[in-house]
Amino acid sequence: MASVTLENLAHSYRPNPGEDNDFALKEVNYTWEDGRAYALLGPSGCGKTTLLNLISGLLTPTHGRVLFGDEDVTASSTADRNIAQVFQFPVVYDTMTVEQNLAFPLRNRRMEASYVAERVARIAKMIGLEADLKKKARGLTSDLKQKISLARGMVRDDVNAILFDEPLTVIDPHMKWELRTQLKSLHREFGHTMIYVTHDQTEALTFAEKVVVMHEGRVVQIGTPKELFETPAHSFVGYFIGSPGMNFIPVTVAGNIIQMGDRTIHLAHDYGTPSGELKLGIRPEFVRLTKGDGLPIRINRVQDAGRHKFVNATLFDTEINIAVDEGCEIEADMTSVNLDAEKISIFCDDWRIDGKSAGHVEGSAT
Amino acid sequence: MGKTVNQRAWFLVIPVLILVAFSSIIPMMTVVNYSFQDTFGGNEFFWVGLEWYRELLHSERLWDAFGRQLLFSFIILLIEVPLGILVALSMPKKGMAASICLVLMSLPLLIPYNVVGTIWQVFGRPDIGLLGRTLSDLGISYNYSQNAFDAWATVIAMDVWHWTSLVALLCYAGLRSIPNAYYQAAMIDQASRWSVFRYIELPKMRGVLMIAVLLRFMDSFMIYTEPFVLTGGGPGNATTFLSIDLVKMALGQFDLGPAAAFSLMYFLVILLISYVFYTVMISADKDEERS
Repeated sequence: MASVTLENLAHSYRPNPGEDNDFALKEVNYTWEDGRAYALLGPSGCGKTTLLNLISGLLTPTHGRVLFGDEDVTASSTADRNIAQVFQFPVVYDTMTVEQNLAFPLRNRRMEASYVAERVARIAKMIGLEADLKKKARGLTSDLKQKISLARGMVRDDVNAILFDEPLTVIDPHMKWELRTQLKSLHREFGHTMIYVTHDQTEALTFAEKVVVMHEGRVVQIGTPKELFETPAHSFVGYFIGSPGMNFIPVTVAGNIIQMGDRTIHLAHDYGTPSGELKLGIRPEFVRLTKGDGLPIRINRVQDAGRHKFVNATLFDTEINIAVDEGCEIEADMTSVNLDAEKISIFCDDWRIDGKSAGHVEGSAT
Repeated sequence: MGKTVNQRAWFLVIPVLILVAFSSIIPMMTVVNYSFQDTFGGNEFFWVGLEWYRELLHSERLWDAFGRQLLFSFIILLIEVPLGILVALSMPKKGMAASICLVLMSLPLLIPYNVVGTIWQVFGRPDIGLLGRTLSDLGISYNYSQNAFDAWATVIAMDVWHWTSLVALLCYAGLRSIPNAYYQAAMIDQASRWSVFRYIELPKMRGVLMIAVLLRFMDSFMIYTEPFVLTGGGPGNATTFLSIDLVKMALGQFDLGPAAAFSLMYFLVILLISYVFYTVMISADKDEERS
């Protein structure tokens, strides 16, 4: 096992990339620490699979380096990198039994038969494939097949990292949760470095210790689920994480006072006089409906989502969402909102800016 | 649920019934009719019962042709299937080269059968043909119109040239349908080239290969035009396959009765062998599925 370091890594699928837009993955510098679980989160086409394939060696980067530990593996083949990968669709060798599938990577590496047998038995037990060892792989359900491809990766005891490329896409919803839980416990038990690509925020936030959010080929924020939720570094993170996403309201800022429509709000922090397109961002969870006290709104509709009700309303020509706890009644004279000043983020040209007296704000990149 | 039962919809099937009746059923029944009768011309027919069938089953000529036919189909399957797979594996996967390759591969399939025969007839002529002349200049005695072995070699080479593309194109389609992830997984597992073929490509080609084998078997079992143009069934009867023999009997000798019996038996044999092929392959597939 080893840490994975990306040094000025960038990739373009074009032969002679010039401008920024030619790059499917724009320059990134980061070290994935040994033994931690990461998620790569972003919408389809944001470059997360490209990044994953650069790490696994299925792609060679246009420039930059990939290091496993201290060793430069940029030019090494996939097999030499000693990584395991679980793909979007279950990749199993149909004509083999489950047992033969698990033994395959070891046999290809000419391991001794007794070692292979012992290893296969152990991994099968860990992942819960014992009962199916003698079955042909082709007739199995897709969650079992996905377990086989995971097991095939873990059967080597020297894997540097396990990469997952949206591994639960074809799994039935009720099995997703079980597999995810199992992945977490496998990670706790064996401490492999795991990198998990997904476009599903629930998957990313529940699986990973650190989430890497990507947008249009760029890594926009790396942080814990809590950081992503409370202090998104980019308006995209605010919008993408959370359901519904962050509310954005165009404002003007002067020091700790912002102007919104014909009202002013006092903030907890001093932002100076930033120039650029300014937006106030606040999560629906931190907007409170009140009776007449605060900013005037017009309610458009109310949606019941179980634990919360979501109120869609218009505030100075901008649509916002407000989360109301299930217990609270929404009354007819609730026509104003209060914003929790502590939870307000200010974005300048889509990037979050820090106020002066701010405590810790981490992970912002430009 | 008071559904009105209305059987008039059956009338809508009439056009297709008429079409099928005139194109297959009626001609087929005429043949059945001929096979039980004898004629001396003048449109006079005499009932002979199973006489023609009995005669044919004891005819050495028919059994010889049948044996040659089986041997021919067996040899071309043995060559064309592995060769087709090999060609498909080595074809470029994308881009301009792939398109060019596909067009070139399809060319032999688009040439009319009798032209294929003519091409090879000229190609193999020892006096002017590129192949025949080259071979004789090299000191190899080769004459497909006099030597039975040469005739067979030429007919087989011609069929391989004509039809391997079909197997290759089918396999190519099967190969293209394999998602890239399989190859990537194999790379990660350090699988050898042979393993990739054996455990990824071959299983995924199984379906199309079945179709290829079935098509090539049926077609080669009924082959007529190309060997007829090339060798006319000779030298002697060396390349007289079943259908060539049948045409000789029906049109050359105008033995309508025996020829009719012959064609019915021919038809049944093809039907039977294809059915056996199909059942064996399907059940092998199901066994795989079950175990």
